[in-house]
Amino acid sequence: MKNKGKSYFLIPYYLWIALFVIAPVLLVVYYSLFDLDGHLTLDNYVNFFTPVYMRMMLNSFWYAFLITLFSLLVAYPAAYLLTRTKHKQLWLLLIILPTWINLLLKTYAFIGIFGTFGPVNNFFGLLGIGEQQILFTGFSFVFVSVYIFIPFMILPIFSALEELNLSLVDAARDLGASGWTTFRRVIFPLTVSGVRSGCMAVFIPALSLFMITRLIAGNRVITLGTAIEQHFLVTQDWGMGSTVAVFLIVIMALFMLLTGGSRKGVRQ
Amino acid sequence: MKNKNGLTNLYLVLVFAVLYAPILYLMYYSFNSGGTMHKFEGFTLDYYREVLQDTRLMIIVINTLVIALLSSAIATLIAIIGALAIQRVRSRRAKNTLLSLNNVLIVSPDVIIGASFLILFTIVGIKLGFTSVLLSHVAFSVPIAVLMILPHLQEMSPTLTDAARDLGASRRDVLTKVILPIIKPGIFSGFFMALTYSLDDFAVTFFVTGNGYSTLSVEIYSRARQGVSLSINALSTLIFLFTILLVIGYYFLNRRKNRPAGPLSGPAAEMGVPR
Repeated sequence: MKNKGKSYFLIPYYLWIALFVIAPVLLVVYYSLFDLDGHLTLDNYVNFFTPVYMRMMLNSFWYAFLITLFSLLVAYPAAYLLTRTKHKQLWLLLIILPTWINLLLKTYAFIGIFGTFGPVNNFFGLLGIGEQQILFTGFSFVFVSVYIFIPFMILPIFSALEELNLSLVDAARDLGASGWTTFRRVIFPLTVSGVRSGCMAVFIPALSLFMITRLIAGNRVITLGTAIEQHFLVTQDWGMGSTVAVFLIVIMALFMLLTGGSRKGVRQ
Repeated sequence: MKNKNGLTNLYLVLVFAVLYAPILYLMYYSFNSGGTMHKFEGFTLDYYREVLQDTRLMIIVINTLVIALLSSAIATLIAIIGALAIQRVRSRRAKNTLLSLNNVLIVSPDVIIGASFLILFTIVGIKLGFTSVLLSHVAFSVPIAVLMILPHLQEMSPTLTDAARDLGASRRDVLTKVILPIIKPGIFSGFFMALTYSLDDFAVTFFVTGNGYSTLSVEIYSRARQGVSLSINALSTLIFLFTILLVIGYYFLNRRKNRPAGPLSGPAAEMGVPR
């Protein structure tokens, strides 16, 4: 009301939205309609439904699912225990600190740890299992990804647990519920929003990771992210890359609709 | 009860151990004269010397810092405007649309941001290199800075600006003397978040750097693909120390700025997704 009229100063922000939010999405959709020679075609979409891409898609989903599941399994108890500690803000800060360290450096560390002569293999040697090929397997990919994502899972769950009214837990116990029942019927349902935002914060990036697959899984694991990177930067087939990207965008949108709310559930 | 406590502590200790082990592992071997990451032979600072004498690397470090500072500054400016724009919109629906548009880049996977920006820059005819990297860092930092500034703007009582207007302040005075000082903590957090996003980003930058221009994370990636080299360890130790200093500095700055808020009201509460 009061600032009626002159709002030229808002132009940079709207320009940013138009140029960097709307235009890129439209461009990806537009490029997905062209083949390598620049002909307008729907071939990319037809190709996408061939077994090669379908297998890659399933693979990608399977790994993202595993990564999300294991992150949740590790993070939920950790978040729960964190809320019980003294100085919990300090501990939480310590959980967050590693996320400020470049993801590539942490990934690189695992090349050494999982390597043929690395500490894990040394340990296996001591146990008598003998040396194993750990690097360049699906296992190492899942492990490193879970490692990277754990803080992002702990954080929203921690906030949800913090907001939980403890008298409800006491009430359940007073009414004779066992520890497990209390968890299943009271604590978990009340913190499910945190779990949901945590899963969102992990699942979508896990679908599109490509540097960890390249460094740790040695091209054994191909995710949607790896495929996009491959098409754009290696084979230069932007059309097909855009098609994969379009599907990733659609999946992402569906996933957001399904789980509802935004990924930034931390504050809420 | 006592026994239970011991067990729970053990679990937390284990989680912390796993979180920090790889980082400590990297740092430990940066002093290894043996040149590998599995057998510690002797203490040496050679790799640090190597890193500090590597001119190419130093140029890359400077590139990274320049991009981070410049892009965060520009992004914060645009974000202030953006927060004001969102605040001005009266209709609830329009506001939600604007907010959703704002958040698109936060929820999008990095590969998609990178790929679509690559298309954009190629079409517009921007040469890949400094400009394209700067523009994309500005682009993905804006929404997060908006989200840091907006709550401060919403908490501000509208009567304050009304009062200022009534007392004869011009629009410009209202902005510079009333609004900006009030949202200053948000601006600071926005800038800091943009800075960490920019310093950390790999995936987007990887798509939009052409030949000959590189930032630290892209350089680390290409070196790591060639296998283990302890100069990466030395470099990461230095980066780790720098990061800690930055975080501690920010923590104290933030604590002085808005005491009533919890110590984690800053970046911790708003951590995004790894880039």
